[in-house]
Amino acid sequence: MRSVLAALCFALCLSPAWAVEPGEILADPALEARARDISLELRCLVCQNQSIDDSHAELAKDLRLLVRERLKAGDSDAQVRDYLVSRYGDFILLKPPLRAGTVLLWGAPLIVLCLGALGLLMVARRKRPVEIAADLSDDEKKRLDQLLKS
Amino acid sequence: MITEIGHYALVLACALSVTQALVPLWGVWRKDEALMATAQPVAVMQFIFTAVAFAALTHAFVSSDFSLLNVVQNSHSQKPLIYKISGVWGNHEGSMLLWVLILALFGALVAVGSRAMPRDLSAAVLAVQAWVSAAFFIFILLTSNPFLRMAQPPIEGQDLNPILQDPGLAIHPPLLYLGYVGFSITFSFAAAALIVGRIDASWARYVRPWSLIAWIFLTLGIAMGSYWAYYTLGWGGFWFWDPVENASLMPWLAGTALLHTAAVMEKRDALKIWTIFLAILAFSLSLLGTFLVRSGVLTSVHSFANDPARGVFILAILVFFIGGSLALFAWRASSLRQGGIFAPVSREGALVINNLLLTTCCATVFVGTLYPLALEAFTGDKISVGAPFFNLTFGPLFVPLILLMPVGQMLAWKRGDLLGAAQRLVVAASVGLAAALIFSALQGGPVLSVLGVAFAAYLIIGSFVEVWGRITGPGVSLSVAWMRAIGLPRSAWGTAFAHAGLGVSLFGIAAIGWGVEVVHALRSGELVPLGRYELSIGALERRNGPNYDASVVPIDIREGGRVIAHIDPARRFYRARQMPTTEAGIVTLGLGQIYVSLSELNADGSIDARLYWKPYVALIWLGALFMALGGALSLSDRRLRIGVARRAQTVAQPAE
Repeated sequence: MRSVLAALCFALCLSPAWAVEPGEILADPALEARARDISLELRCLVCQNQSIDDSHAELAKDLRLLVRERLKAGDSDAQVRDYLVSRYGDFILLKPPLRAGTVLLWGAPLIVLCLGALGLLMVARRKRPVEIAADLSDDEKKRLDQLLKS
Repeated sequence: MITEIGHYALVLACALSVTQALVPLWGVWRKDEALMATAQPVAVMQFIFTAVAFAALTHAFVSSDFSLLNVVQNSHSQKPLIYKISGVWGNHEGSMLLWVLILALFGALVAVGSRAMPRDLSAAVLAVQAWVSAAFFIFILLTSNPFLRMAQPPIEGQDLNPILQDPGLAIHPPLLYLGYVGFSITFSFAAAALIVGRIDASWARYVRPWSLIAWIFLTLGIAMGSYWAYYTLGWGGFWFWDPVENASLMPWLAGTALLHTAAVMEKRDALKIWTIFLAILAFSLSLLGTFLVRSGVLTSVHSFANDPARGVFILAILVFFIGGSLALFAWRASSLRQGGIFAPVSREGALVINNLLLTTCCATVFVGTLYPLALEAFTGDKISVGAPFFNLTFGPLFVPLILLMPVGQMLAWKRGDLLGAAQRLVVAASVGLAAALIFSALQGGPVLSVLGVAFAAYLIIGSFVEVWGRITGPGVSLSVAWMRAIGLPRSAWGTAFAHAGLGVSLFGIAAIGWGVEVVHALRSGELVPLGRYELSIGALERRNGPNYDASVVPIDIREGGRVIAHIDPARRFYRARQMPTTEAGIVTLGLGQIYVSLSELNADGSIDARLYWKPYVALIWLGALFMALGGALSLSDRRLRIGVARRAQTVAQPAE
């Protein structure tokens, strides 16, 4: 059912226009490729969790055109992204930036992995107490010899 | 009248489930055999009544009984019969009814198949199962009753959402639910083991078929949903890292981990507590997914209808079952005896690493899905976590998993030989390297695609190395090898196929990088080049269906001047809901697909379209089928063994 619902979500966004239309495409293939890469990481703000590259909403179309305009004006990829963030906030980035509030998010996989590994080590140690006895020290050897002699 | 019978049957099923939740448990506590024995017949009756309720609702849909609110909202008299039937679960109320139907079916199957189990264990399992179904029966009756009548029935219904009028709806939700609900059985087994306070290898043997069944269906359900999204949504993606998809991926990851620890437990009597925990986790994540989708708490557009009352109710169910089972776990788990000991380098050790990685993957999806919600709640800060995040975090976690999968197969139980395993995998690694070289020479393209194909080839070959080693050898003739192949335990083949299936899917995913995409305004009579094919565009036609109007662009696909295939991409307009949909034109050529999806009609008569050539794309879903086949092979092995155990028990009974 989940994906049915996902389908529905997309359907709601899908009505009038379509993702990347022929009319929008830039003449310069290199610039267009950059525009597509940037679009894939920007969220369509009226749909949920869809990139503007995939979305059919009017707003997504406007944003796609905006990205292309900025690129044509000579902005770098980072400048385009910064510009959009200054207008819409971090919410527009599908890949959240690393900052104080998102450290836990980006760190989660590593933290879970490390905690899991640590837990495993502790369990392994508890389960198998070290049973190999250490060798006798010199003093002990002397005492043993003495005991054996007497 | 039939509707009232269905409604009444639902109430009876609810009452039975409450009985089943309490009486057998009382019996376990009092050690009363008679009370415990009530669980089985009640479970069967609960299923029968739920089936009657479901049949009644289906009848209302098929006969277009517009005195039912649910039928009015989701059906239409002119809808084709198959969508009238699948429309039963194409809405919130009906899908919850399907959920409890499958729950009751599995409960009945456990009841029928539980004769080999200890009486107290089977009674406790069925009781816990009934707690779950009682919660959902009450949920349905109080907040989502599909049998509500309308005082003044309209003449015509509002039709089913057009996106859902697809054979996919007939197959996908039932498969997914069989998966989710299958994990309710393993959950019930885990809770029952904690209640009864006994857990051993035989417990794992009872649980394993259920975890396999759940896993097989969930695998198929996710793959089916992915293919459905791929062909209906029209921009050629197969996985969107959408919260709704993540909700089904999390139980799958936990379930995959469970499958593997259950194997360890059955063979070696180890990892018991962890297995119990995973069984609880897999079902908790299924419930969490239900809550996220139904409550609309994540992103409100996902669900059909999100009534806050429903959300709160499901949250209560969620808290009760997850909290309750974890409390039970904390209270009783320490009393479970730890089992077999093993060296770090061993089959068990490899499966522990597998579990560590899978649970980390699961946690990553969990955090990525819920983090924006938590952050907004605590700081008011709004962020998005989308596909780029998951690709970046999930990918690196999957690499070691893929590298280690064949190694784990090669290691012996208790104590393995890592160097020996590595030596036997040299062939697989060489094939992977060769694949990388061949494909980078033939296709060039993104490094990630080349790497992905190399890993995929290594995994596919590596999955069969162990089986290969067992059936061949110096001087073994073909017929002997064949006999050995047949004689191998099915589960060995199951493992090989399931692991290779992941490799096959990975191959398909990696090959995406070699796809060709053309965004173009199509004109009648023109020839559009697409990869090594040419698409000959025909004139726009009108072809109307029973409840929609369609504009179709017939396209012939040519290769070397010869027509090799034909597709009919279309735009449909559903009359009742006034809603457009896109029907992508798809044709499979070899393992690749040509995919054309139409957009708006322009003023000059041309049609905007996206055209794709997707090499090897079919492998993504073919791989999932292999995984499911692997699961089925393993399952057939298990069933045999359970049969043997049962016969042995019969023989061992004293003569009367």
